[in-house]
Amino acid sequence: MAEGQIPIEEYDTGNTKHKWDLKKIKLAHRVLFNYDYKKGKIEKGYANRTLYINLSTKEIKEKKVTEEMKKKFTGGRGFGLKLLWDSIKPSTRWNSDENELIITTGPLCGSTQYPGSGKSLCLTISPATDIICDSNVGGFFGPYLKFAGFDAIEIQGKAKHDCVILIDGEKGKISIETAPLEETNSHLINEQLTHLYATEDTDKSRQKISVVSAGKGAENSFWGCLNFSFYDIRRKVPRMKQAGRGGLGTVLRDKNIKAIVAKVEKFDGVSNNPADPVALAKVGTKLHREIRDLDRYQCNMRAVGTAHLVEIMDEYDLLPTENYRFGSFPKASKIYSPEFYRYFTKIIPDGCWHGCTMACAKTVDGFTVMTGPYKGQKVTVDGPEYETCGCGANMSLWDPLWILEFNFYCDTYGLDTISTGTAIAFYMEMYEYGILNKDRCDGLELCFGNADAALELLHRIAKGDKGEFIQIAGKGIRRVKDWIIKKDWGDPQLVEDCGMESKGLEYSEYVTKESLAMQGGYGLTLKGPQHDEAWLIFMDMVNNAIPTFADKAEALHYFPMWRTWFGLNGLCKLPWNDVEPANNAETDDPAKVPEHVQNYVDYQNAVTGWKVDKEELILQSERCYNWQRAMNVWMGRGRRKDDWIPYRSMGPVTEVEYSSRKERYDKFLIEELELSKKEIKNKSIKEKMKLLYNYRQDQYQKLADAVYYRRGWTPNGVPTPQKMKQLGMDDPKMLKMLQEKIDEDDKAGLNIWGGEYKKGEKPPSIQPKYWEKW
Amino acid sequence: MEKPKTVKILKHYPEKCDGGKLCEIACSQVHFKSDEGGEKSAIRILKDGNSFKMHVCDQRGLCLDMCPVGALKRRKNGVVWLDKETCIGCQACVGFCPIGAMRKSKDRIEPFKCIACGACVRACPNGALELVEVKIDDIREVVYHKQGAD
Repeated sequence: MAEGQIPIEEYDTGNTKHKWDLKKIKLAHRVLFNYDYKKGKIEKGYANRTLYINLSTKEIKEKKVTEEMKKKFTGGRGFGLKLLWDSIKPSTRWNSDENELIITTGPLCGSTQYPGSGKSLCLTISPATDIICDSNVGGFFGPYLKFAGFDAIEIQGKAKHDCVILIDGEKGKISIETAPLEETNSHLINEQLTHLYATEDTDKSRQKISVVSAGKGAENSFWGCLNFSFYDIRRKVPRMKQAGRGGLGTVLRDKNIKAIVAKVEKFDGVSNNPADPVALAKVGTKLHREIRDLDRYQCNMRAVGTAHLVEIMDEYDLLPTENYRFGSFPKASKIYSPEFYRYFTKIIPDGCWHGCTMACAKTVDGFTVMTGPYKGQKVTVDGPEYETCGCGANMSLWDPLWILEFNFYCDTYGLDTISTGTAIAFYMEMYEYGILNKDRCDGLELCFGNADAALELLHRIAKGDKGEFIQIAGKGIRRVKDWIIKKDWGDPQLVEDCGMESKGLEYSEYVTKESLAMQGGYGLTLKGPQHDEAWLIFMDMVNNAIPTFADKAEALHYFPMWRTWFGLNGLCKLPWNDVEPANNAETDDPAKVPEHVQNYVDYQNAVTGWKVDKEELILQSERCYNWQRAMNVWMGRGRRKDDWIPYRSMGPVTEVEYSSRKERYDKFLIEELELSKKEIKNKSIKEKMKLLYNYRQDQYQKLADAVYYRRGWTPNGVPTPQKMKQLGMDDPKMLKMLQEKIDEDDKAGLNIWGGEYKKGEKPPSIQPKYWEKW
Repeated sequence: MEKPKTVKILKHYPEKCDGGKLCEIACSQVHFKSDEGGEKSAIRILKDGNSFKMHVCDQRGLCLDMCPVGALKRRKNGVVWLDKETCIGCQACVGFCPIGAMRKSKDRIEPFKCIACGACVRACPNGALELVEVKIDDIREVVYHKQGAD
């Protein structure tokens, strides 16, 4: 194929072209309130102020970023946590007036030289979990927000009518305007607003706009994601990336925000004003070269993005199939990455921020929509990424075109593909058992593999259908579990064990049954079961590199801290270990990718002018990680009971699961529970499942014990004031609150280890209140 | 726009080259108004055993599809041209150039490359450099995008 070197202006996707009456749309805008600000200069990665908007009181103000704030919270998600702590109450819920939607950047965000440097970190109180949810996302908004003058935007209150928030970095103006005529669904409104706000009618000008929106699905469910646009000058469409997890889009629409628009006057390779641009370019170029030389032999991110994982997960029995019952499936090869590669548009720099040569943001152009309101139109589908493919497997959809259709509608409706796919997979399993049926599902035949029904569910959610099932289904697995149990339609234990949610959030797409560490990687998390804190399956299950509880706890300390660091800086995690130096396997600690860790040390120093080392990077994270956990505690969660995970993520819930991997489980019972071969033969599957169930539940509690101890928490999972002080987080209100919660737990007898320790086994500490001696 | 069909690329005659590097000085004048040559020159003359070799962009244009902002284009004369005003300094072209001919100097964030202006040809007292016209179709390449190794 040699269709490269097509001049940009001649490139054509074949998508359906829209003709908008932009004048009419613009004329319908009425400015509700606005604010002029002095344009500033970015200093060593920081704009040194954040933007506060209150839609209820019509207040706009700037907040100063102090040196102390940088020292304690670094930036990005850390700043978001600090702003939330100052603004909300422990009783704040997702739809409370004081709940905030925060989008932050981070000091390294907006650099163009190092791949993966354009991430925004979004925070809010989630409708799914009632605690803070943070979600990272690509697209141009974060960098443009900073270049327009702000390290973060904080939106409190609710508008009375649908509005657009414009951050105009060209004029130095914030403007809140009614937006009655714009579409709501993201692929359309992003296009409308990009054209409407571009200063000139050129692609160059349109590339200086980024829109954040969420569609009709976000309005009518708890799965709302935020779509962040990035205008593609070749395709001539604003493409989009999603801050998917935890219902941030739902909060956006609850505040009656149709979109947030950031616009920059200009930017270049040194808009961050880095302390040492030469060192920055050097470390960035080194990684570009590594990707050039090694990616095609390693992950193939440039060709197929994260979809390359489908075949790997299938091979290792980790691809969630039919609601995580199985980890591989005979039909899985139909959705292996070559099947998507056929449809992806090639030879375009597919980074979601400039300079990302890992370029995993793959796209299908000219896709003909098969169902719903846009049936027959040709559109650009951003993706699918691995997670979305995994959702296909989970719903037993084995046709790449249906996965693309699912992907397109989830995106434009503003629905998180992960929550949507995982939840529908659960509904489908309940349908198979007769716990749900056509009548109970408002006429939908939600059996595994029924793509039409799955899509119809999306369309009906987006339309705001008032059916009892449609209404509850869009609120996610946790609410549906409660609903089914209340209706007495099925065995509550089965329902609880099968539905893959924890803390109210749906799981992302990995089977964790055979990796205890990864069970912790999902359960012992801040926001809920998302693999962005740790991905330890190969380390644990395949390489057996972390055999003891203490080893696993160390991994569940280090990796969540390490991965948190990306979010403090506005970076993407992928360029850390989705390409590795050729000699990585020979280093002391290949799982950490030591050379790349050093890259990040050099990178942060080059931008900020600090002199940090790799230990300091972990400390930066530890401060914020503990702060977020402490805030969860403050909001009444963040304890051991909240780190509960469904048994489906630990072992076989049903006999068919046991039977399908009988050899493995029998062997496990012999090796780990010391059953004799005779006992294995004589026991029924039910009996063996019970033994496995009790053993694995206890193992998980023991893991939690070890992890809490390693992280400096009480046995009930509460960060201790002593640990907070060690980290330099000395906010008196926070320390007092933690002490009170620990005392409460003490009175309730909750400061005890969760595992059952037999003779010869020891809990992490035998000292009561061990933390008081720190 | 009529697509360019040919482009001029530099040809080096090692037997005539004495390694005086006047070409580099001329080049750094063009790009940086500097007499330093070396890392400020798009053409480099390197020792090659007892002789010298040239290291410079061959106008294959592999970098064209790497640029996220469209700062790299083929001009009417076929030359692969980096527009400094549009460039956002990401170094993707620098990192991905298979022969390392897209260069970056410490003076500015935007890279630079040979624009086939002929300043080096004129500067060489020995006639060791020449601009020769080649068909773009014979040299053009696209950035790799195959799934898997070649």
